[in-house]
Amino acid sequence: MTLHSKLLASTAALMIAGAGAAWADGHATHPETGEPLASEQSFSYSIIDDFPSIDPQLVEDVEGSSVARDLFEGLMVENAAGEAVPGVAESFEVSDDGMTYTFTLRENAVWSNGDPVVAGDFVYGLQRAADPETASPYSWYVEVMGVLNAAAVVAGEMPVEELGISAPDDRTVVYQIDAPRPYFPQMTTFPTTFPANRAAVEAGGEDYTSPENFVSNGAYVLSEYVPGEKLTRVRNEMYWDNENTIIDEVTALIINDSNQALTRYLAGELDLVMDVPAGQFPRLSEEYPDEALSFPSSCSYYYLINHTDSGNPALQNADVREALSLAIDRGVIVDNILAGGQKEAYTFTHWAVAGWETPDIDIANMTQEERNAKAQELIAGAGYGTDGEPLTVEILYNTSDSHRSIAVAIGQMWKQTLGVETELANQEWATYLDTRSEQNYQVARAGWCADYNEPSTYLDLFNSASSYNDGKFVNEEIDALLTEAKTAEDAMPIYQQIEQIASEETAILPIYHYASVRMKDENLANWPTENFLQNWYSKDLYITAGE
Amino acid sequence: MFAYIVRRLAIAVPTLLILVVFSFVLMFAAPGGPFDSERPLPPEVMANVLERYGLDQPYWKQMFDYVKNVVLYFDFGPSFQYRDRTVNDVIAQGFPVTLTYGAWSALVAVVVGVSLGVAAALRQNTWLDYLAVGITIGAQALPNFVMAPLLVLFFTLMPALYFGGPWLPGGGWNGGQWDHVIMPVIALSTSYMASIARITRSSMLETLNSNFIRTARAKGLPMRRVVWRHAMKPAMLPVISYVGVAVVGMITGSVVVDVAFSTGGIGQFFVNSAFNRDYAVIMGITVLVGALTILFNLVVDILYAWLDPKIRY
Repeated sequence: MTLHSKLLASTAALMIAGAGAAWADGHATHPETGEPLASEQSFSYSIIDDFPSIDPQLVEDVEGSSVARDLFEGLMVENAAGEAVPGVAESFEVSDDGMTYTFTLRENAVWSNGDPVVAGDFVYGLQRAADPETASPYSWYVEVMGVLNAAAVVAGEMPVEELGISAPDDRTVVYQIDAPRPYFPQMTTFPTTFPANRAAVEAGGEDYTSPENFVSNGAYVLSEYVPGEKLTRVRNEMYWDNENTIIDEVTALIINDSNQALTRYLAGELDLVMDVPAGQFPRLSEEYPDEALSFPSSCSYYYLINHTDSGNPALQNADVREALSLAIDRGVIVDNILAGGQKEAYTFTHWAVAGWETPDIDIANMTQEERNAKAQELIAGAGYGTDGEPLTVEILYNTSDSHRSIAVAIGQMWKQTLGVETELANQEWATYLDTRSEQNYQVARAGWCADYNEPSTYLDLFNSASSYNDGKFVNEEIDALLTEAKTAEDAMPIYQQIEQIASEETAILPIYHYASVRMKDENLANWPTENFLQNWYSKDLYITAGE
Repeated sequence: MFAYIVRRLAIAVPTLLILVVFSFVLMFAAPGGPFDSERPLPPEVMANVLERYGLDQPYWKQMFDYVKNVVLYFDFGPSFQYRDRTVNDVIAQGFPVTLTYGAWSALVAVVVGVSLGVAAALRQNTWLDYLAVGITIGAQALPNFVMAPLLVLFFTLMPALYFGGPWLPGGGWNGGQWDHVIMPVIALSTSYMASIARITRSSMLETLNSNFIRTARAKGLPMRRVVWRHAMKPAMLPVISYVGVAVVGMITGSVVVDVAFSTGGIGQFFVNSAFNRDYAVIMGITVLVGALTILFNLVVDILYAWLDPKIRY
C-alpha cells in the first residue's frame, strides 16, 4: 500500500464510520428539510430495456443517460426544477457576442481514481464524442450545440483538435459556438459533453465500461453490471460533494415486461417503476394514492401526414387535412384509452416546455361538437365523405397495443363524423421506420421527444431541410421564421407564429402530450417531478424513515 | 460407429455454413438496419457508424469476413445494439444462465414426464391414468406466458401481501441462486413435461401390447422385470427423438421465461436482436443454436443405436 492509497483508505474508513454514526441510529435527519432518514439509504428501480451503452459519449437512451449522470458530472447539472446549476464548473462567463463560453472548474473535483478533473478532460470528452473513430450515434449532439467546426469534425474533414473547445489552463474550459444560444449552458448537462479520463479510456479499450476499468467523476461509481439483469452503482467516496450525498446504493433492474415490474413493485421488491402499463393509472392512483405519480414528460404524440406525391392525393388538400384533425376526439383518447394524465394536443410543442405559452388557436377552443360540425363542412366542401367521393386513408403504426387502440379509435371517429374509411397497417419497429423515411405511407403514427427544454427541439421538424421531416412538409414562411428564431432576442413569439401556421396548414395531426406514469415508494423522497426532461440525479434523492 | 460420428461431424460444417448464408440473406432482405431510429442519424454520423462495423462493405464481403473471423479467431464480432459489448460477451454472459435453467428444466421434464407416462400406461383406464392425462392436458393447455405471471402471483405477490413476505423472488437471477431458478424451471419445463408424458404413455401402451412382451409375461416374468428389462428400451425410442429437439429448445432459452423472470438469459437477446437488426448478435445466437441442434441430433442417433439393436450405422 502506498502512502497515497493508505491515506485514501483511512479517509474512506473515517467517512464510512462518520456516515454510519450519522445515519445508522435512525435518528439522522435530512440537513435541509429535517425529515428523519432511514438507516438504509438504497433503492432499486425497474427499466424496460437493457442499456445500449453507459459510456457518456456513446449513450443514446433515456435510462442510459440517467446512469451516466450518476456516474459522471458535467460542467453544469440540473436541479429539481430542471434548471442548469453549477456542476464541475463553479461559474461561467459568456462573451458579449454570445458565442464564447468560458467555464471555470472547481478545484476540488477529482476522478474516482484520485486524479484531479482538469479542463483537458472535458476537451478530450467532447473530442471523443465527435471523433469519427468513436462513431458515436450521438455525435450529432455536438453539432446541435453549435460547437465550432462540429459538422466538419464529425464528417472527418477536420482533425478533432479543430473542434471549438479548448483548455487554456487546467481550470478553464472555453467553448466557441457558431451562433448565440441562450440555452447553451443547459446543454452542458447532457452526457455527450461529460469529461472522460483519457488514461482510463485508453487502458480499458473495449472493456472501458466494466466496473474495474470505469473511472468516473460523478457522485457514484459502477459496482456491478449484469447485462439483461441489473446494474448497481455505489457512492463515490472521492466525489467533491460526497458529504452531501445521502443515497449509498442504486440498482437498476432490467425487466422487459411492465406488468411483471409492477407486480414485483407491489410485492416490495422495487422502490420505483419507470414504465407503468398503459391504462393502469386510474386503478393504481385509487388504490395507492401516495405512490402512483403522473407528471408531464417531454414527448408529443402525433400523426404524420405524407405531403408528397406518394401519399394519399386527397391529403394534399388542406381542408381535408383540417377535417381529419378536427374529427379526432382527443378527449376520448386521453381520458378513456390512455388515462395516465396525458393532455390533449392541438399544437406540436409540449405544453410544459419552459417559457412556452401555447398559442391561442381556434381548434383548441372549440367543443368537440363544433369541431365535428366544421369538419363535416370542410370534408363536404372538398367533395369527399358521406355525400362525396369515397375516401380511404391508411394509418401506419409500429406494433404496440396502445398505438393500435388509438388508431382504431381514430378510424372510428373519422368514419362516424366524416364517412372516411381507414385501413390499419401495422409494422414492426425497424420496418416501420424504413417505410416512414421512404414516404411509403399516407398517415403514420409518430412521437417526438425533446432533446432540450426549448420549443425549437420540436419545431425544427417543420423545417423543410430537416432530415427528421418524414412528412416532407414544406412551408417557406416557417423555414424563414425558424432561421429568424435562432438569433432572435425573444424567440417565443416566433415559435408561436410557427405553430399557428402549422396548425392552419395542418402540417401534422397533433394528438396528445405525454405524461410519465410511475409507481414510487413514498419513502423515496425528492423525486424531481418538476423536471420536464425527467433528468434525475440519485445524489439529490434520499429515503425517509417510514413506519 | 466411430467413423459414423466423424462423418456426421464433418457434414456439420457445411450445414452450419449453409445456415450462415441463409441467415445472412434473410437478415439483409429484412427492411431497416441496426442504426435506424425515429431520429435518423445525420449522413456523416451514419457513415462513421456503418464504417466502424464494416456495414459499408458489399454483402458478400461482410459474410466472408464474418465466417473468417468466426473460423480463425472464434470472434463473433461486436454487438451493434450494445456498444459496450461483443457478441462473445453477450453469449458468455447469457448462455450459462440459459443453460442452467434449461438443463434443470430438461431434467425435470424428462423425469416427471416419463414417470407420469409410464405410470399412466401401466394403470391404463384407472384413476391414476386419468389423473396423469388430466395433468398433462392441463399443463399443455397452459402456455408459459400465462403460467409465468401466475407463478409470480402465487409465490411472490400474494405471500408478500398476505403472509408477510414473498416465498420466492419474483425475478432476477442473482448468479443462479436456487430460489431464483425454481420458477423459471417450472414455467419452462411444464409443457415439455406434458408432451413427454403423452408420448411415453402411448408408446408404452403400444409396446406392452406387442408380441414379445406377451411372450415375456407368458413365461411368468414379474411385471417389474418385464417393464424395466423389455418394455422400457423400445418404448423410449419415440420419446428420445422428441427429447433431442426439446433439450435444444430448453437450453437455448425461452424469451418468455427471460422476459417474465428477468433472468438475463440468451432468449431475450435473440428476440431483441432480431427487432433491433443487431446482425452480429442474430448470427452469433443462430450459429450457437444451429451447432447445438446438430450436436443433439447426433446424440439422439447414437442413443437410438444403443436402444434398438436393429439400428446399426
